[in-house]
Amino acid sequence: MSQIFYRQALRDALREEMRRDERVFLLGLDIGRFGGTYKATQGLFEEFGEERVRDTPLSEAAIAGTAVGAAMTGMRPVAEIMYMDFITIALDQIVNQAAKLAYMSGGQTSIPVVFRTQEGAGRSSAAQHAQSLEAWVAHIPGLKVALPATPYDAKGLLKTAIRDDSPVVFIEHKLLYAAKGEVSEEEYLIPFGQARVAREGRDVTIVALSRMVWKAMEAAEELARDGIQAEVIDPRTVVPLDVETIVRSVQKTGRLIVTHEGYTRCGVGAEVAAQVVEHAMHALKKPPRRVCGRNVPVPFAPVMENYVIPQAADLARAARELMQ
Amino acid sequence: MGRKGFRVSSPSTSAPEVTNSVDRALLLRIHRTMVRIREFEQRAMELFLSGELPGFLHSCLGQEAVPAAVCATLRENDYITSTHRGHGHVIAKGLRFDRMMAELYGKTTGYCKGKGGSMHIADFSLGVLGANGIVGAGIPIATGAALSAQMRRSGQVAVAFFGDGATSQGSFHEAANVAAVWNLPVVYVCENNRYAVSTPVPRQMRITSVADRAAAYGLPGVSVDGNDPLAVYEAAREAVERARSGGGPTLLECRTYRWMGHYIGDPANYRPAEEVAWWKQRDPLVLFEQRLLEQEVLSGGEIQRVHEQVREELEDAIEFARRSPAPAPEDALEDFPQ
Repeated sequence: MSQIFYRQALRDALREEMRRDERVFLLGLDIGRFGGTYKATQGLFEEFGEERVRDTPLSEAAIAGTAVGAAMTGMRPVAEIMYMDFITIALDQIVNQAAKLAYMSGGQTSIPVVFRTQEGAGRSSAAQHAQSLEAWVAHIPGLKVALPATPYDAKGLLKTAIRDDSPVVFIEHKLLYAAKGEVSEEEYLIPFGQARVAREGRDVTIVALSRMVWKAMEAAEELARDGIQAEVIDPRTVVPLDVETIVRSVQKTGRLIVTHEGYTRCGVGAEVAAQVVEHAMHALKKPPRRVCGRNVPVPFAPVMENYVIPQAADLARAARELMQ
Repeated sequence: MGRKGFRVSSPSTSAPEVTNSVDRALLLRIHRTMVRIREFEQRAMELFLSGELPGFLHSCLGQEAVPAAVCATLRENDYITSTHRGHGHVIAKGLRFDRMMAELYGKTTGYCKGKGGSMHIADFSLGVLGANGIVGAGIPIATGAALSAQMRRSGQVAVAFFGDGATSQGSFHEAANVAAVWNLPVVYVCENNRYAVSTPVPRQMRITSVADRAAAYGLPGVSVDGNDPLAVYEAAREAVERARSGGGPTLLECRTYRWMGHYIGDPANYRPAEEVAWWKQRDPLVLFEQRLLEQEVLSGGEIQRVHEQVREELEDAIEFARRSPAPAPEDALEDFPQ
């Protein structure tokens, strides 16, 4: 095990998969010599050249669309959409094409494409560079959706995404690129649909996505000082979703908090809460709580931005309320 | 790359000698393909109007020359993407009547096992990457297939078929631009049938020829009479050769007309009757058959036989489709990554 940055883990995953399979190639804006806006592809241009680490025009529909066409015809593209906010411009190709064409053709083809992107607030990027839109893509049958929270998961999930024969939307978090964590030097893959229990606890289950896993861990530390044992679960992929691990946890704790930066309304938290109610309603001692992004655009000024996205203190407060 | 845009205009008012540059076998092939499209579309319309087919239908009657001629320049493993008005393209690329009909009937024996229908016929074994219900969406996909061909050094070419309406979509502009920058082996074939649903070309764009859009991307833009299969063939052959030999993409506008409304059942009252009548007098199939007769490539009897053979095959295909099993409801959950 060695301690590496999240961005480095992503880069290692890309490098390993590109060395292993010559059909894998990268395309996106500024990913080549520039190394990517968040430096996740740094060094790959030097190793693999401009054909396989392919800079594109500023053209999200073309990035996504050419990736879909290439994926249908024998390649395994990893297309980067620089900010998830920009996915709007590429959504037809992701939602109507990548997600559906294997099915619509009666299973004649597969579309092994990864759309890498990043989301999240916390650095005063304002409402068009800070949204967390995982619910949009999770809603669409035919797309798998992964959100790694740690360097270890970033590497293992990205390698799995690249080897998957169906389209994967792979959502990183802009404030996690400099996060450090232990990553095995041995090759490993992390299967989709297997949640990670980041911390065990008997009193309250906190299901957290992406960077909220870190805040949930912070909250759990604080709660532990008051004798409240929070169990923190990171689903890692929201499609497929590991309902079993979440339900098992709630059956133990009887209390559920779901947290993500994405808007509360119709967010992934609603799905998680519905699954728990459907499968384990009688285990619940209190109604489930969503501690998620407020239903407003993400504002610029730090004080307002911090207010609209959930913080560790919000999680701790919600947990205490559920314990009353 | 960095190629200077140019434009070839082909008024094509007088019939060129059909045997000048294309051999007899090719003429027969283009003719048969046009007949196949014509007969298929007429029967499909009848079946639809009789209530036998679910969904809706976009007819390409009147536009047969374009796919027949363009696909005659392609190899079996070349790629095409098609549109909601796609029967002609996929017939021209070599798809079978029986499995197409079965798809129109929503049967398990259809190309897409009844999951696609009229608007989404695909056959990946013949490079047909799918007809598409989103206007313009096939253009970046064909471009991606061309990228894949270029990276695999496979020598394949991709053709995107689309209408005049699609050229106002961002997907067209984004794809054409990136294809030009990457010098991809792709040919953009615009069937300019003068209407985007009900909106005539002058209300869609200020230019008079879609081919003019090519200049913005540094691509050759060529405009031809889309009702003249030989004019289309010549232009497509040049574009496909350019693509295959590393010369990059071409935008080829084929000026044509759709006889029917946007969909079967559309009264198409947005078009003057005289305009429709004028274009019907320029029936691409009738004009081509006249030339084949005049230049003694085919006799009247031979032309008749082609139509009869195609109709026979079509009736067999309809029987096949009618007799084929319907899918079970839960088949809806198959062919899908879980």
